[in-house]
Amino acid sequence: MKLGGRLLLGLIIGVVAGAVLYTVMRIILGMPAWAANPWPMVALALTTGSIGLLWGIEPSLGLARGLMGMVAGFVVGLLVTYVIRLVLGMDPAWKPEPAWVVGAVLGSLGFLLGVGVMTDWLRWTRGEKTPEQHGPPKGKPAWVRYFGADQNHKVIGVQYTVTGILLLGAAGTFAMIFRTELTNPGMDFLSADLFNTFISIHGIVMIASILMGIGGLMNYLVPLMLGANDMAFPRLNSFGFWVAVPGAILILMALFFGGWNTGWTGYAPLSVRGPLGIDFFMIGVFIFGFSSILGAVNLITTVLTMRAPGMSMFRMPIFVWAALATSLIQLTGTQFIGLSFLMVVLERLFHMGFYEPSLGGKVLLFQHLFWFYSHPAVYIFILPGLGIISELLPVFARKPLFGYKWIALSSMAIAILGFLVWAHHMFTSGMSASLRVPFMYSTMLVAVPTGVKFFSWLGTMWRGKLSFPTPMLFVLTSIAVFLIGGLTGPPLATVPTDLHLHDSYYVVGHFHATMFGGFVFPFFAALYFWFPKITGRMYNERLGKIHWFFQTVGFYTMSLYMMRAGLLGMRRRLVDYDPALGVAGFHHVITMAGWLIFLSVVVGVLNLAWSARRGPVAALNPWESRSPEWLLPSPVPEHNYEEPFEVVGEPYDYGIPDSVYVRMHSEPARAG
Amino acid sequence: MTATTQTHHQEAISPARRLVMNRVGLWMFIISETFLFSGILVSRFYLWGGTRPHLNQLLGMSVTLILVTSSFFANRAEVAIKYGDRKVFLRSILMTILLGLLFLVGVVGMEWPSAPVKPTMDGEFNVYGAVLFFMTGMHAFHVLTGVVLLAIVARLGARGHFHAEHFWGVEAAVIYWHFVDVVWVFFYPALYLMGTAVGPGH
Repeated sequence: MKLGGRLLLGLIIGVVAGAVLYTVMRIILGMPAWAANPWPMVALALTTGSIGLLWGIEPSLGLARGLMGMVAGFVVGLLVTYVIRLVLGMDPAWKPEPAWVVGAVLGSLGFLLGVGVMTDWLRWTRGEKTPEQHGPPKGKPAWVRYFGADQNHKVIGVQYTVTGILLLGAAGTFAMIFRTELTNPGMDFLSADLFNTFISIHGIVMIASILMGIGGLMNYLVPLMLGANDMAFPRLNSFGFWVAVPGAILILMALFFGGWNTGWTGYAPLSVRGPLGIDFFMIGVFIFGFSSILGAVNLITTVLTMRAPGMSMFRMPIFVWAALATSLIQLTGTQFIGLSFLMVVLERLFHMGFYEPSLGGKVLLFQHLFWFYSHPAVYIFILPGLGIISELLPVFARKPLFGYKWIALSSMAIAILGFLVWAHHMFTSGMSASLRVPFMYSTMLVAVPTGVKFFSWLGTMWRGKLSFPTPMLFVLTSIAVFLIGGLTGPPLATVPTDLHLHDSYYVVGHFHATMFGGFVFPFFAALYFWFPKITGRMYNERLGKIHWFFQTVGFYTMSLYMMRAGLLGMRRRLVDYDPALGVAGFHHVITMAGWLIFLSVVVGVLNLAWSARRGPVAALNPWESRSPEWLLPSPVPEHNYEEPFEVVGEPYDYGIPDSVYVRMHSEPARAG
Repeated sequence: MTATTQTHHQEAISPARRLVMNRVGLWMFIISETFLFSGILVSRFYLWGGTRPHLNQLLGMSVTLILVTSSFFANRAEVAIKYGDRKVFLRSILMTILLGLLFLVGVVGMEWPSAPVKPTMDGEFNVYGAVLFFMTGMHAFHVLTGVVLLAIVARLGARGHFHAEHFWGVEAAVIYWHFVDVVWVFFYPALYLMGTAVGPGH
């Protein structure tokens, strides 16, 4: 059958199946077959219709089968809960909340079974051996592997990165919606509930996007930099990516189940009382957490056991150190956000009084557990970005990285210190005042290893032969923006000033400066830098610089005006504000700057997407980097290194005559 | 697996190195789980402080002894298969599974219905019920997964899947079992022994 015919067939079958499924479910659950509100049926029919379209494009797509599995899992979950409640004689037998929670869990499981990431493991339990899979599925076009369970770390890296960019677009769109509402005082087009939902979902989807982005960088780069042919556990790697997809889907589904009004932090007891969307949000984050933890298990094992001969820990490319430190936080801290959210869901379902004071629970427990992950989490977001800065600066300064060991150890120091500072989020929460001062000092201590990094970057640039292609511009802006983010931190760490600044737009400005300096700018630097390696083609330099210029200008304007509005008394998370505060003009500027950033990112992404197909073929090593991945042809072949290499020198001895980092066995030496 | 499906990549990693990588990976996972159970333990002390509910001491002591004994048999199974003794391996692993199931019966089947932490009129559990069910429930869930893993290993072992050179599956399941056991060694005093018992007794 022709493609058009299959698409049409898939769409029709999907839409009809969705409508029939909806009606049948209503009849089984004892409701009138036709609902007064047609939108749930339309939404389901559109979802199944899209799955049908995917199936029409290529019947073997793992994604299409995963989504079918997810719908099936939801149906089973709803019915099982209904039947159990019916058998136990509970009234009413159809209760939405438990049914949808069980549906969400089984739906995620259905997705994973459908997409095929557990097939090999299930066969192992029957004593069968399964070969590792290499190359695209037999007889299918090469692009199919990007939409299914592929075990190659480069494919998984691209899957992570592209998903991250898609989520970045979604979260950015949410931001633009509520940012536009805030342009003028007064309620313009959003309701208060919808505003709360959009700020909450902007936050958590951005976090999901960042976790995907760093996952992409780490999965693609670390094995290449170590001289390994893949990660330690290729199947676990595939599972780690695909388990994040149902997690993200559940978070987005929260929009259609009443949204949620707690912000991305989901503080109890408000989250215990909020709408059904909170269950979707929290279970989505919980399932997303498996991705973080299992990805970290894989990455740490890879770094510890798969380094090339001669590559001691202090001869690894510096990004690997950042990835290792990040993974240690992900491995350990993620359990705590899972724990705090799990207890909220249990309290909602079974009325277990963890957080409810009238039952003896304690509200602050949630904040302690939550911030024990969520503060270290910001170091998960920024450490890979800081690693990118340290990785790229020597290349564009043509000088050795200043103080390699200090940089490596400062990443570890940030990872460890990050666990000792969580309660600085709670200075105004009513926790014991005696805890304030120790947490103030521990928070200030973070400035030490971060300062080490800044000194090293300055030392690396000092008297270097700087050149300024797009990746370098993004790197330099990262440093400048992260400096603003860093310097605005101590006033928030200091108790007396924090009591004044807490919950103001100053915090919003500070936080966005750390995230842009620590993740967004370095992420784009990395994308532009490794783009020729990944695709074998070159992006458009002029468009890249346009992207950089408008993102930089837009960001400075947005962040500085946010801080200024906060200092003048603008509280965060408010849908409306008093024009007498005198900040309406600032909000105009912040909204326009936000749109500028949004459009600049669109330019950047379009540039990369277009260049991946049509860009000029890239030179073998366009940046004259010494890192081993640039010894390989671009794009990198299926089995990275056909022959192993040996590390015989220091990684960043740029500009030093006759210095060698890696030596392939077949060739005598290679100058750096 | 035939020689044709064997690829360049698989040849690159020797079985000995693969074993080291598997061990590192498993221990990383266990470190992660340690943080989960530490968080639960910390929550218990934050919410209960120096108090605890009146629980059946005899039952608590018995299930603890059962679980600790099961770890002994798990270890015996692992040592036996590494020496190639399939008979002792199979007997020990079945004994471990049996004791694990007994533990589950003791906690979920006997402690849960009998614990003096009944819901209120509105079906709400106070902080004693909440923490008790959460701690024992999370632990019991991990015991259950351990039993499933051991059952898979036992079934494969009965078919001769494991021998002195091929024991990773046994070792992994047994290390996980020990871990679940050690968690209970911390949970038991936190639930049954520490602090003063408050509320209705037996």
